[in-house]
Amino acid sequence: MDTQLIMYDEDLKKILAVIQKLVRDANAKGIFLVDKNGQMIAEAGEMEGIDTTSLASLTAGNIAATGGLAKIIGEDEFPTHFHQGQRDNLHISIVAQRMILVVIFDDRSSLGLVRLRVKKAGAELGRLIEEMQKKSDHAASGDGSPFAEITDDDIDNLFE
Amino acid sequence: MSFINYSSREINCKIVYYGPGLCGKTTNLQYIYGKTAPDAKGKMISLATETERTLFFDFLPLALGKIRGFRTRFHLYTVPGQVFYDASRKLILKGVDGVVFVADSQIERMEANLESLDNLKVNLHEQGYDLDKVPYVMQYNKRDLPNAAPLEEMQKLLNPSGMTDFEACATTGTGVFETLKAVAKGVLTDLKKMGK
Repeated sequence: MDTQLIMYDEDLKKILAVIQKLVRDANAKGIFLVDKNGQMIAEAGEMEGIDTTSLASLTAGNIAATGGLAKIIGEDEFPTHFHQGQRDNLHISIVAQRMILVVIFDDRSSLGLVRLRVKKAGAELGRLIEEMQKKSDHAASGDGSPFAEITDDDIDNLFE
Repeated sequence: MSFINYSSREINCKIVYYGPGLCGKTTNLQYIYGKTAPDAKGKMISLATETERTLFFDFLPLALGKIRGFRTRFHLYTVPGQVFYDASRKLILKGVDGVVFVADSQIERMEANLESLDNLKVNLHEQGYDLDKVPYVMQYNKRDLPNAAPLEEMQKLLNPSGMTDFEACATTGTGVFETLKAVAKGVLTDLKKMGK
């Protein structure tokens, strides 16, 4: 069973620093970090106006489906995926077991370059995500959640 | 599980609509989509077959307002109801925060309801959840049909422990928002308990 995930400002800043560097190093158009449940964690690059909520949900669905396929043939999961389009391509990789790194790139870059840069950035992101998960577990185990203080009235007011 | 983002001050939660094939899960989402203000919803995605049967899932992101300065966002998913899509159903339940079971009120669908409810329990259990502990709402859909089973009978059969339940007609919208509100409340109440 997954545990709750909490992301603080400082977590996001560290993650953004890594993926913004990856955009430059890999000559990517856009990079998205999505969790396996379909939540968008962070994004960088020039893909403005893209429907990120749908992107996150479909990416998670895709990884879930191919993960299911992997198990059928005796693999644990497929850690990297590549989708080739007419103009834009997608490189998708699993980071720290619970996150998905999506890199969108065109012919200004190449699959080889993206693979190489993702490998290094993925390891860094993995460390940051583990750190974030540890903090989340700590908060969930008792102290620090902002929602301990919400009242039934707060919840009711949401629906009025 | 829920994702709390301090940076954008958002809480994100996942609600799954479960139930037998053709019970009205997608219709629930379509009604919600149609009646929600454009700024409170995202695009609805339906991964369906050519005959509009759900193949993998429907997805609808909704924003419900703020609690203590945090925007609450709910991601609504449906599962494919047909029995042979069980592998896909399991995947969609991953990370669920709240479940709506949509039961088909037609007498001849009672067995399908029971089978789907059992399937929900098994699949939740596989993910480490227990239906008695997950925020959960029962919806008796298609109450407008002439062959609808008596409510008491359905309650006895599908909801013996007396969880929150609603009568509904998803095509006209009766009971649809009541169901959504109840499960969303359950999820937020759970979040509150977790913080204590």
